[in-house]
Amino acid sequence: MRGSIPILRVGGNLLATVHIELRDKVAEAFQEDVLETIEKTGAAGLVVDISGLEVVDTYVARVLADTARMAKLMGARSVLVGMRPEVAATLVRMGYAMDGVATALNVDEALILLTAATERRI
Amino acid sequence: MALEAGDRASSTGDGEAKRGDQVLSRAEMPIACEDDVVIVRRKVRSLAQARGFDTFALAALTTATSELTRNVWVHAGRGRVLIEELTDGQRFGVRLEFRDEGPGIEDVDRALAGGFSTAKTMGLGLSGSRRLVDDFSLESKPGSGTVVRLIKWTRY
Repeated sequence: MRGSIPILRVGGNLLATVHIELRDKVAEAFQEDVLETIEKTGAAGLVVDISGLEVVDTYVARVLADTARMAKLMGARSVLVGMRPEVAATLVRMGYAMDGVATALNVDEALILLTAATERRI
Repeated sequence: MALEAGDRASSTGDGEAKRGDQVLSRAEMPIACEDDVVIVRRKVRSLAQARGFDTFALAALTTATSELTRNVWVHAGRGRVLIEELTDGQRFGVRLEFRDEGPGIEDVDRALAGGFSTAKTMGLGLSGSRRLVDDFSLESKPGSGTVVRLIKWTRY
């Protein structure tokens, strides 16, 4: 399960592209992979691209939101990108809008956000 | 002990096919492990897609299927789902009936109100699923299991 979703270094940030349907165990393993990679690389930011996901149920949504919160505790900022319109509509209708999770339209926008955040910090 | 009529139930409709609805196909799938969450929702998704569900309706139905299949696995360990394709002459529908013999739900109204979380769910699975479909009912009795029925129709 570990390593199912590649996590790449892009400058001082990490980019994870979720390209496979997230089974529960894969989602949990992904969370641990991300946190360990943040520690190992000292990355200041994390971008999670979920444009490949056709279904995000409340369980997977919670794992993604929790991952962002955990990364934040470690000192890294997270941005979720590429959520499909039907996925966004479904989550909000279910009452789970993933409050507190930063989002962007695409990876480029997310990296701009993260760069701006890092510069403010200096 | 099986569920009987009149057991604690809560519903938006009854999740049953109505007079005049025609059942086009019927299949049953077991729910017994985590992988079944993905297997069942893929099956439901492919049926609905073939019947012309639009992207939003497809996501709603697939997500509700995912939530309810997971509920069976997490709370009861095992159960089954009946999958029917319906038509009322104008639209196509998918009717699902999730059945388990798990611990049941003490407070059906509270579970359906949302935000009431047990095990590894967020407590939005049941209440959220109800909002995603056209017809929904939940029957449960502590100690004898739970039955959830739903129908989702194509829009036109």
